Amino acid sequence: MDPKTKDLWVFVETKEDGSARNVGIELLNPGKELAAKQGGKLVAVVIGNNVQAAVDDAAKHGADQVIVIEGPEYQMFSTDAYATALVAAVEKYGPTAMLVGASVNGRDFAPRVSARLQTGLTADCTSLGIDEETGCIAWTRPAFGGNLMATILCKTARPQIGTVRPGVFKKAEEEAPHAEIIKEDIHVAAADIRTELVRKIQEGAEEVVDLEGADIIVSGGRGVGNAEGFAPLQELCDLLGATLGCSRAAVDAGWISHAHQVGQTGKTVAPKLYVACGISGAIQHRAGMAGSDVIVAINKDADAPIFEVATYGIVGDLKEIVPLLTEEVKKLKA
Amino acid sequence: MNILVCAKQVPDTTEIKIDPVTNTLIRDGVPAILNPYDGYALEAAARLKDKDPEVKIVVVTMGPEAAKAVSKECLAIAADKAYLVSGRSFAGSDTLATSYILYNAVKEIEKVEGKFDFIFCGKQAIDGDTAQVGPEMAEWLGYGQITNGLECEMNGDKLEVLKEGADGNLVLSIKAPAVVTFTKPSFDPRFPTIKRKMAANKAVIEVLGDGFNPDMDDAKIGLKGSPTFVRKSFTPPVAAGGEILKAETPEDVVKLLVGKLTESHVI
Amino acid sequence: MDFRNDEMHEELLAVYKDFAEKAVAPLAAELDEQERFPEELIPTMAEMGLMGIAFPEEYGGMGMDELSYVQCVEEISKKCASTGVTLSGHASLCCWPIFHFGTEEQKAKYLPDLLAGKKLGAFGLTEANAGTDAAGQKTVAEDMGDYYLVNGSKMFITNAAYADIFIVMAMTDKSQGTKGISAFIMEKGMEGFSVGKKEHKMGIRGSNTCELIFENVKVPKENLLGKLGKGFALAMQTLDGGRIGIAAQALGIAEGALDVTVEYVKQRVQFGKPIAAFQNTQFELAQMKANTDAAKMLVYRAANALDNGEPYSILAAEAKLFAARNASDVTRRCLQLYGGYGYTREYPIERMMRDAKITEIYEGTSEVQMMVVGGSMIR
Repeated sequence: MDPKTKDLWVFVETKEDGSARNVGIELLNPGKELAAKQGGKLVAVVIGNNVQAAVDDAAKHGADQVIVIEGPEYQMFSTDAYATALVAAVEKYGPTAMLVGASVNGRDFAPRVSARLQTGLTADCTSLGIDEETGCIAWTRPAFGGNLMATILCKTARPQIGTVRPGVFKKAEEEAPHAEIIKEDIHVAAADIRTELVRKIQEGAEEVVDLEGADIIVSGGRGVGNAEGFAPLQELCDLLGATLGCSRAAVDAGWISHAHQVGQTGKTVAPKLYVACGISGAIQHRAGMAGSDVIVAINKDADAPIFEVATYGIVGDLKEIVPLLTEEVKKLKA
Repeated sequence: MNILVCAKQVPDTTEIKIDPVTNTLIRDGVPAILNPYDGYALEAAARLKDKDPEVKIVVVTMGPEAAKAVSKECLAIAADKAYLVSGRSFAGSDTLATSYILYNAVKEIEKVEGKFDFIFCGKQAIDGDTAQVGPEMAEWLGYGQITNGLECEMNGDKLEVLKEGADGNLVLSIKAPAVVTFTKPSFDPRFPTIKRKMAANKAVIEVLGDGFNPDMDDAKIGLKGSPTFVRKSFTPPVAAGGEILKAETPEDVVKLLVGKLTESHVI
Repeated sequence: MDFRNDEMHEELLAVYKDFAEKAVAPLAAELDEQERFPEELIPTMAEMGLMGIAFPEEYGGMGMDELSYVQCVEEISKKCASTGVTLSGHASLCCWPIFHFGTEEQKAKYLPDLLAGKKLGAFGLTEANAGTDAAGQKTVAEDMGDYYLVNGSKMFITNAAYADIFIVMAMTDKSQGTKGISAFIMEKGMEGFSVGKKEHKMGIRGSNTCELIFENVKVPKENLLGKLGKGFALAMQTLDGGRIGIAAQALGIAEGALDVTVEYVKQRVQFGKPIAAFQNTQFELAQMKANTDAAKMLVYRAANALDNGEPYSILAAEAKLFAARNASDVTRRCLQLYGGYGYTREYPIERMMRDAKITEIYEGTSEVQMMVVGGSMIR
């Protein structure tokens, strides 16, 4: 389709309580700059049920306009309802580009939206810019397990759409809201939603792992040795209020669940502090944590690649160092 | 029940290394493997077949002639029949064009194999990591979808899929026809058996070549049918590396670290 | 003497490799550490068809040949020698003599379950006072008319506590010496048949090695395997083939050691460069590679002879002699390249070194192999 405006849209995903997930708010930050460069408005599109909190959040983080699509059918995410609603809004307003958080749900329904609109979609971007020659959005993303970065353009089809990794961009500072709020009355009939919720799995508390929202992550890899080896790391986590992470090697060995995995095939994180214990630092892992503010690496192998990205490195056995670190932090907190 | 599994041949990205001199990917000697996520999709189909021997599993692979190795591997693991979609005109396709070609392949294969109740795909391929082809193909087909599946089972006329959700796992159900994509489950996929391997070795892989479906729109395939293109690719910059903390004893090193972290108000 | 792999061998080799890497390798250290039998691997191996590779399809085998079987033992042993010998003990020492010497009734009764891996096999010849001198058997089988009454014990029996079917040698006529030994098929659960103490070993600690105890076990007459008084010859012929399996295990251990060592020397930096850059490292690796490849040729050649119906007893002895000594030599030299780290349990090389030693001992010591080869030269 032809764009009707130069506006740049950011899809703001909501939780079932109507508040915004972080990634949508994060994306308003790079979105503002891209919108300005393209000479259009920054528009947040909020879909959900009772989403005032999300709308306020978007308004406080730089949106010029907030399009709100509300209804009970959007309370719980479904591919069909969300794709239908977003496509309807895009067709009505015709933005030139759209950013969608590369969350579980974002990556689920964005390809439905782009395919229905017969336009290009670039997955899981980690960097955004404007291609000088064409004026298109330059979507940069990792491929080949993070070994290669590719910059992708969507030359003629509009809107240009990309999913963007959570945690890559930081939220902008809050500001006085100036956004125009537009309520769109778009609804999807229950019969058109082809999936049905059977049940939610109530897992143990430890299974709800919020790595993306964590300020501190203590992460263990192959060097942890076995499932029991994570206990001292957990203890340090409890003390620091940190979240327990791990590398793929530890998941593959069956020591810890995939929910804790950081890296290319796990979560991308950007905490204030990332403590990597016994993680060699394969490129796939680094792809998921290199954006952390401070990285501490503890590894026996002085040549481990993790030290290349570490702010502070300790060459030593994590089984010795981690308990000492726990003791030191205890003294600090006492 | 008829299940189509989409399986791609990919380079084993864990074996890819960067040439330190030219700063380019070293692709030589990197083994070509069945995309692991597609292996999980095949395992999910095989588990349905374990419960109901009437289930037929057909595999479709898009890629060069060499990708037949993946077709054969799938036959050796669980598939009953395999098709390869291979043609020069398909080269350079982005995810939208690829999903369009696969959609046409589904329609073509259905003429022989009958209608597919479910189409299972890996969540993503480990070379491109887009996770887009499955949902885009579902869109072309006009089918519903469930992504990030872990395991599934039939319950009446519905497929119930345990899947990773935004806030933990959940079970969704969907009626046929539908597309389901799979991620890494808690169990390991089965190994091929010697018997099946021997049979697969002799199996004929049907090839759908250029123009296999006269209804397919040439303007929608290959480079020209792809709305996106790669402007440039480059290897990520190598970080400089930070400070290695050293002291007489481990206790002192840890003290040094905690000092640095408190100084900078990290903890 | 052509053992270039054809496509089928290559493809099955890939299956074995994949299984060894994904299923066996992650367990190897744990099995060793805990002296635990690889019980969880058996159903997978059974499902894949690994428990009956070189046996005809009519009995439930895979219809492949000894070479493919040898490659399977080799690939598994690269990652875990304990699992390798579990397979070898089952296939070479239990399935093979039943297939080769059994009556049609015996084959039909035992082989399908064994080859499908539903049942595990073992072999009992060695006794406390009858090791290399196997003729000194004390276990006796007395003909009671309707049945044989078996009394005695066996030791160092691979797979003992987990096996269902046992090939057991016993004296049926003491006056005849080795010609008075007969072979019997015994089943787990026969009254008076029990498994005794488990050995705590230096290596292959995941392999189950126990004593078998027979106290007035009534063995039906139809369980006599082969002819009366031909048990010793049967055992020796079985061990001829078994040696190819052990030679393959030894080959796998050496190759596995080289694999991990090559990775290690490329990463380990001393004096500012990876130790792989030092000529001593490369020379050591080169010599070990050449020796290991030579062992491989001998092992494959012996398997090839068996497949072609040629005499293979001498070839098997040569293969086992050379491959076993090479396994001990290579693992010891690889550990030296690791230095101090190699001596710790953080790395697999010390396990491989411990595992290698047994290949010079069981199923005929290296000295026995030399007796076989040397004896044949001056005959």
